[in-house]
Amino acid sequence: MEISGGFSGKSRFRALKQAGMFSVLRLAALINILALLIVCGFLLYNGLPAITWEFLTDSPRNSMTAGGIWPCIVGTVYLALGALAVAFPLGVASAVYLNEYAGGSRLSRYVRLGVNNLAGVPSIVFGLFGMSFFVITCNLGISLLAGILTLAVLSLPVIISTAEEALRQVPVNLREASFALGATQSQTIVGVVLPAAFPGMLTGAILGLARAAGETAVIMFTAVVFFSPQPVDSLLRPVMALPYHMYVLATSGTDIDKTMPLQYGTALVLLVLVMGMNLGAIILRDRLQRKRGGI
Amino acid sequence: MPIANKERLIHLGLAVIAFSSLLFLGLITFFLFMEGLPVFQYVSIKEFFTGSNWYPTSNPPEFQIFPLIVGSVAVTLVASVIAIPLGVLTAAWMTEVAPAALRRILKPVIELLAALPSVVVGFFGMIVVAPVLQDVFDADIGLNLFNAGLMLAFMSVPTICSISEDALFGVPKSLREASLALGATRWETTAKVVIPAAFSGIGTACMLGMSRSIGETMVVLMVAGGAGIIPEWIFDPVRPMPAAIAAEIAEASFRGEHYHALFAVGMVLFLFTLAFNCVAQAVSMKKA
Repeated sequence: MEISGGFSGKSRFRALKQAGMFSVLRLAALINILALLIVCGFLLYNGLPAITWEFLTDSPRNSMTAGGIWPCIVGTVYLALGALAVAFPLGVASAVYLNEYAGGSRLSRYVRLGVNNLAGVPSIVFGLFGMSFFVITCNLGISLLAGILTLAVLSLPVIISTAEEALRQVPVNLREASFALGATQSQTIVGVVLPAAFPGMLTGAILGLARAAGETAVIMFTAVVFFSPQPVDSLLRPVMALPYHMYVLATSGTDIDKTMPLQYGTALVLLVLVMGMNLGAIILRDRLQRKRGGI
Repeated sequence: MPIANKERLIHLGLAVIAFSSLLFLGLITFFLFMEGLPVFQYVSIKEFFTGSNWYPTSNPPEFQIFPLIVGSVAVTLVASVIAIPLGVLTAAWMTEVAPAALRRILKPVIELLAALPSVVVGFFGMIVVAPVLQDVFDADIGLNLFNAGLMLAFMSVPTICSISEDALFGVPKSLREASLALGATRWETTAKVVIPAAFSGIGTACMLGMSRSIGETMVVLMVAGGAGIIPEWIFDPVRPMPAAIAAEIAEASFRGEHYHALFAVGMVLFLFTLAFNCVAQAVSMKKA
């Protein structure tokens, strides 16, 4: 393999040991890649035949054993975009405060502690919170709005930490140049720092969007309904959503075998939606890094 | 001066917004405890935590969450036994062995793995893994502790791997060079120099991975089998805490005993993950 140090039996043993252990490491990496390929391949193979134009644009029919998933797609898009619309401004403002104003103050340490712990809260606990706070206490009922707000709280930590990272990447001398031209701090942030950090923040926004779109436990008792014939038309009405639809079909459908193609189809659509967004975020970040490296 | 006032106002506004995360964390804690603590009117604290009868719908109902805690801990342990070696070894391969080009490809792949929606992973466990377990291992029920652990491992490997990878990557090159110069092989350098140097980062990674496993809902709801009993072996069905909450909250009457009991379970789960996160943060601070 590599350095063996000499030709004695001991060093040959060491070289062999290295070769053996490196194969173990290689195997571990291989298992990960295989796992991803198997899951995606399995869903693609079984799901693709179910994807038809009707499937994507129809409502469920015959107590969910036929028809399509259009209301679920609409519901999931509304939920995720709504959550982003609430969480993105909040998250960016928080990150601006943490990175541009607070520095390493004690206040900012508390805020960071809050963000870190919020990121670790299990989704089912967000669901319970959303139910007792937004649904009951705020009297929103089980509705699109309650789901959006709960999902916004859930995706806030992702958005804050990526936005902060993006702000940190903005060179200090850009800020200094702006100050030297007589701009105030807020003018510098709006005119110089935010535009420079925006593409990086976008990565976080996409990741937050994907997280919200794939989430089930949070919306289960805050936003979704088993069946609605039409796509949702009001913020205060419950919605259908892809992940929950998937769960219901797989566990409590009236005829689980009959809905098998629908299940595979729904799983594939959800997978493509969420993975596509993540892939987009990764590509965007990669490009940014390359651009930065190029300068 | 008006400009100074405006600046101060903006500063203050941003500070208030920044506190919203802390506020939400506070609200979550408050509502969990507000809705959860009343359960102790019906059941003593000792019985609640140590009794092994979770019969929320029988008459009179019994709310003793020990089997649920055991279920959660068991699936998390199984998941960790699989995911920690797999995650850390993969991370070590990426930083120590793989050529840079492969590493650049594998890193996003691991991130994509982290992004798989949990309901899809649960679905895969039900449809594919459960029948395999029944056929190959002769398990009575395909939906069981092992299946849930395996699927959770699948979901926590990316967390463990990418944080460990960052930690290993951050180990200064000079340490590796010094070890190689002294005649150690690359494997010896990895095992005795690089991994120990990154130990706190790897520890954080493992804690965060475990925290993700214990809090994950859809996977355990769909594949753990749902029996509220203390498992005797690895192919027994279990009912971890998140599964109990998700499965039962819809049928619990509003602010009834069962409702409060489920919030109390949520409270316990929240404290578990908080503890994992605090340990993770403490471990990562140690290095800095």
